[in-house]
Amino acid sequence: MPEIPLLDLLPSGLQTLTLILLKIIAIVTPLLLCVAYLTYAERRVIGFMQVRMGPNRVGPIGLLQPIADAVKLAFKEIIIPAGANRFLFILAPIVSLATALSAWAVVPFGAGRVLADLNAGLLYILAMTSMGIYGVIIAGWASNSKYALLGAMRSAAQMVSYEIAMGFALVGVLMAAGSLNLGEIVNAQAGGFGHWFVWPLLPLFVVYFISGVAETNRAPFDVSEGESEIVAGFHVEYSGMSFSVFFMAEYANMILISVLSSVMFLGGWLSPFEGMASAETLASPLGSLLDSGFHWFVFKVALFLFFYLWFRATFPRYRYDQIMRLGWKVFIPVTLVWILVIGVAIAAGIGPWFD
Amino acid sequence: MKSAQHLIKTFLLWELWKGLFLTGRYLFAKKFTIRYPEEKTPQSPRFRGLHALRRYENGEERCIACKLCEAVCPALAITIDVEPRDDGSRRTTRYDIDLSKCIFCGFCEEACPVDSIVETRIYEYHGEKRSDLLMNKVKLLAVGADEEGRIAEDRAADAKYR
Repeated sequence: MPEIPLLDLLPSGLQTLTLILLKIIAIVTPLLLCVAYLTYAERRVIGFMQVRMGPNRVGPIGLLQPIADAVKLAFKEIIIPAGANRFLFILAPIVSLATALSAWAVVPFGAGRVLADLNAGLLYILAMTSMGIYGVIIAGWASNSKYALLGAMRSAAQMVSYEIAMGFALVGVLMAAGSLNLGEIVNAQAGGFGHWFVWPLLPLFVVYFISGVAETNRAPFDVSEGESEIVAGFHVEYSGMSFSVFFMAEYANMILISVLSSVMFLGGWLSPFEGMASAETLASPLGSLLDSGFHWFVFKVALFLFFYLWFRATFPRYRYDQIMRLGWKVFIPVTLVWILVIGVAIAAGIGPWFD
Repeated sequence: MKSAQHLIKTFLLWELWKGLFLTGRYLFAKKFTIRYPEEKTPQSPRFRGLHALRRYENGEERCIACKLCEAVCPALAITIDVEPRDDGSRRTTRYDIDLSKCIFCGFCEEACPVDSIVETRIYEYHGEKRSDLLMNKVKLLAVGADEEGRIAEDRAADAKYR
């Protein structure tokens, strides 16, 4: 237990509670900061890909833009439509954000650095991410608007279908790792980038990440927003802070999917050069960067997040029936076949992954 | 054979990668954006901005109140009143341009037989009241006096194409 002044003065039950609360703050605060700057990164990267500058006025190279946006949203009025169900209307964004943040409890940021070291971590994450659908569908229904309802229905159907492909992809991971605990999944990939699960599970990896993009309702799967068809989908009627909570939930989910992809397929905090550098290079200040650590985790997550933005700048939106076809007729069969392949590989003990 | 090739390409996401690399290249391309207040686009000598009325070098105003500009103005933005001056010459008593009507087509400038009404390169102006955008003779002559150097230069540069 880390040393925190004055903690000993509290009764022991309260001590644990305080400690957990502090850990939650230590995770959520940087996360929300990342969310804010992800919006900035998104606008910059997409701007650059469209051969323009993106936001560059507020602060040096526009770095204070997310702060300005947050202040603007915080001061805007929350308008509740006349026919809306007030309680559910306010509840919906809270459900969205709560589920998006609660999944972070089991994310391992480094060896042993995890808030809740659940043995059923993967299951917990699946449960929490699928709860996010409630936020969307409650928002769509409570808004009492046809656009919102259409968006919510599209989005719920899409999330449910991709949940299955995603779940099957994770089944492959847990077969390969032999554990549902995220920390142990990472440890099962120890030994350099050749041992990562991307290689034996490449199809599952691709399916997982694409399903993740669909799951977070991001372009090219953003039919639930579909600004050219149904204005903004499930959150048309939201304004001010309630809108920004949805926004935060979406971006927190993006980061979560990136984190999970890197934990389950790219070895989380593990260095790709594990076991290749000698002990003295690892001891030197520059060489220590080659060692496993949080910086590799951040780097991998940033890579996936960049892909998110890259996709949005590149691909046109899928038609709704094509999304469904891709989910049910392509991804699910692919994952099923590959699970079978993994089963055979495990039975045959093909190294270095399944020995 | 062709369908096999198609299948392989589909599963390798071939077309998608091609698209990604295209946008990826543009990530590093030189940006077209002009950072406006610091950088400005180059202007042609024919630029059609804020209007001005010019004077001859001896200080006499050029406008002879022929009303060709008023007649040609497609937006009906120009209003002119005339009275003979004491020395018998024909001059305007009123020369108004409603900038909120003006479409900056430049016809008035082209119609003018004495190069009196011109459009300058000024485009960064604003009005805080609606009346600020109603230009009268005094204001137009003042703009002309301020900008005469550049107006004359631009007319000279464009003269050979007229």
